[in-house]
Amino acid sequence: MFYREAGDFSTTYPQDSQTFPIKFDRWRYYVVLFIAVVVIPFMINDYWVNSIFMPFLIYAIAAIGLNILVGYCGQVSLGTGGFMAVGAYACYKLMTGFPEVSMFIHVLLAGGITAMVGVLFGLPSLRIKGFYLAVATLAAQFFLVWLFNKVSWFYNYSASGQINAPERDTFGILITGPNTEAWATYMFCLIFTIFSAVVARNLTRGSVGRQWMAIRDMDIAAEIIGVNPLKAKLTAFAVSSFFVGISGALFFAVYLGAVEVGEAFGITKSFLVLFMIIIGGLGSIFGSFAGAAFLVLLPVALKVIGVDWLGWPTDIVAHLNLVIVGGLIVVFLIAEPHGLAQLWRVAKEKLRLWPFPH
Amino acid sequence: MNYKLGTWAVAGLMAASPVMADLVFPSLSYRTGPYAAGGIPFADGYADYFTLLNERDGGIGGVMTRVLECETGYNTEKGVECYESTKGEGALVYQPLSTGITYQLIPKATADDIPIHSMGYGRTSAANGDVFSHVFNYPANYWNGASAAINHILDENGGDISGKKIALVYHNSAYGKEPIRTLEKLSEKHGFELSLLAVDHPGQEQKSQWLQIRREKPDNVIMYGWGVMNQVAVQEAANIRFPMENFIGIWWSGAEIDVQPAGDKANGYKALALTAVGDDFPLYDELRQYVVDTGKAAGAGDQLGTVPYNRGIYAAMLAAEAVKVAQKMHGTDDITSGQMRDGMENLVITEELMTELGLPNFGPTFSVSCQNHGGEGLVAVTQWDAAAGEFVTISDFAPTDMDVIQPLIDEDSAAYKAENNIESNCN
Repeated sequence: MFYREAGDFSTTYPQDSQTFPIKFDRWRYYVVLFIAVVVIPFMINDYWVNSIFMPFLIYAIAAIGLNILVGYCGQVSLGTGGFMAVGAYACYKLMTGFPEVSMFIHVLLAGGITAMVGVLFGLPSLRIKGFYLAVATLAAQFFLVWLFNKVSWFYNYSASGQINAPERDTFGILITGPNTEAWATYMFCLIFTIFSAVVARNLTRGSVGRQWMAIRDMDIAAEIIGVNPLKAKLTAFAVSSFFVGISGALFFAVYLGAVEVGEAFGITKSFLVLFMIIIGGLGSIFGSFAGAAFLVLLPVALKVIGVDWLGWPTDIVAHLNLVIVGGLIVVFLIAEPHGLAQLWRVAKEKLRLWPFPH
Repeated sequence: MNYKLGTWAVAGLMAASPVMADLVFPSLSYRTGPYAAGGIPFADGYADYFTLLNERDGGIGGVMTRVLECETGYNTEKGVECYESTKGEGALVYQPLSTGITYQLIPKATADDIPIHSMGYGRTSAANGDVFSHVFNYPANYWNGASAAINHILDENGGDISGKKIALVYHNSAYGKEPIRTLEKLSEKHGFELSLLAVDHPGQEQKSQWLQIRREKPDNVIMYGWGVMNQVAVQEAANIRFPMENFIGIWWSGAEIDVQPAGDKANGYKALALTAVGDDFPLYDELRQYVVDTGKAAGAGDQLGTVPYNRGIYAAMLAAEAVKVAQKMHGTDDITSGQMRDGMENLVITEELMTELGLPNFGPTFSVSCQNHGGEGLVAVTQWDAAAGEFVTISDFAPTDMDVIQPLIDEDSAAYKAENNIESNCN
């Protein structure tokens, strides 16, 4: 039926090693891309972009970033919120310092600055492992939030300590500020999401990604076969922080528009992104998307069902949300430690054999 | 990616909900999380007042009111979601009850032509209506609060506080940081020594701050706290035997629930107030008759007369009065959010009006103008009587030091105006 290798011949090496080797899968990917790039921008409104698509796209970038570090390289990190804050504040300083430069460049530079900070905090990973590294990154989280609260240069000495995104554009199209069009902010985030996913996917398929995975699976063995742990771990920190920094910059500049570091980039943010990759699937790009979609959509869906349709009190629904997310994390850890991505993988395997499974 | 398809189905159902002619008041409430202690009674009061108007008068000017409640959990991301999901329903005015969410909504709501009423919170310099066309923070703002606290300390010390040590214990967020600049100016003016002690969200951990207070022995402590932070601070102050009558909180740190956990030791704690205390007003009899006894009260219906509940009633009353002004101005009963803004800008609250509404002496009198969106900034002081279990007003609504505050408002709003290329609202 569908999802078959049968009749799908590779005649060249590039064909053989492409990301989606099965024709059906490849077409599905193109259709999703087509809908995301060509169809949705024409249908989207403020509610959809601000409540669903933008948080989904931005969290997906953060999840991809964290997945590279935790899922591919095996370095547990609880500093995601802090690194997102670095991206956000770097973007803010760049936006206010160089107002005429395109937002694209600001966001990329913010990612680059975060990558440098990430490498700095990644240095301890050469000596400490596992839980101890998690605690070291936790220190990064608290230190960075404290820093952005304490040093008023970061928020341009404003009285409230808040940073506010001024109106900025790219190619004459407004990207930040209150007067943006829904499609513009959506496309801006989508471009970064696609870029991140494609880069991350190809990095993890190449020699760098193999080094990361070797370190993850057994660092001593990896060292013996010639993987340089210094290089592998620090590149993982750099690439991961780069993506997390981009997501932080978008989160502040495009999505929220005004940010207070303790509230927006606190420890809860680190946990949220970690939950995304646990539920979505460690070591999987698709899992990053699935986890982000799940945790962004679940509260919105619960609210729509509970409050708007069933008319339940808002507090009951909010509490129910906590109960369900907590329960799901426990269920996933027990029943499917590899997350939604594994369910997808199993479904694909089943499809290949269907309708004659042995 | 497949999840996207499912969300479209939800969209279709949401779009299908009917649209009626009514006055929509979104209530971005928080009944969960560490700030729920203040969020629940405020949201109850806000909703109950509109229920009363519907039940007793059939709405405002014959148009029914509808309160759309949306849970934010004091979280800015959820605040965005709530704003986007309610603005399409014809929302007239937003009262987010969170400084963080207010900051975020200021540019958005201005672009969407929807007014924001941040009553006693939000961005203080929004009092300059010339720059912030859609933001109102009457009757008083954070800087009035800081000045009122200092005025009270001045009164107690015969007008001379030079050389005194005053500590500010504040929530380490935009909210808590707002008064710092004003207090610094006031410390220059009056010659007191100011020390700053930040408490991080959510505020349960304050041992080190109070240890520092114990060591430095300030003469007075001013607190800008909210939610669970208040209860912890009052308890910690009691633990180090800090004299409660020298401990004064902003109006967000002055609810019954903040002082009750410390028991008798909290006796004498002071807090600023935007409204009168208790439920000894004619309106409350009607509230009981039309709302509570008929089972239509919001939440558990047990918050009548508490400080945040009264503030919710007051906020709803001001919104309803602004609607009446707008209806009169524009000659239509079913007003839009832009007309609501005009109503708010021409709002005048007098003693006669409050008496007529069944709320005599309930709040300060003030008038709003195009330039001044902050009112006159009159603030009262209350004190906790632990034996009676109630706050007692110890000084009536009094003016604050606008000589210090107004230049700060002008300076901050001018910076915002330049930063965002805003045109003057008033001409």
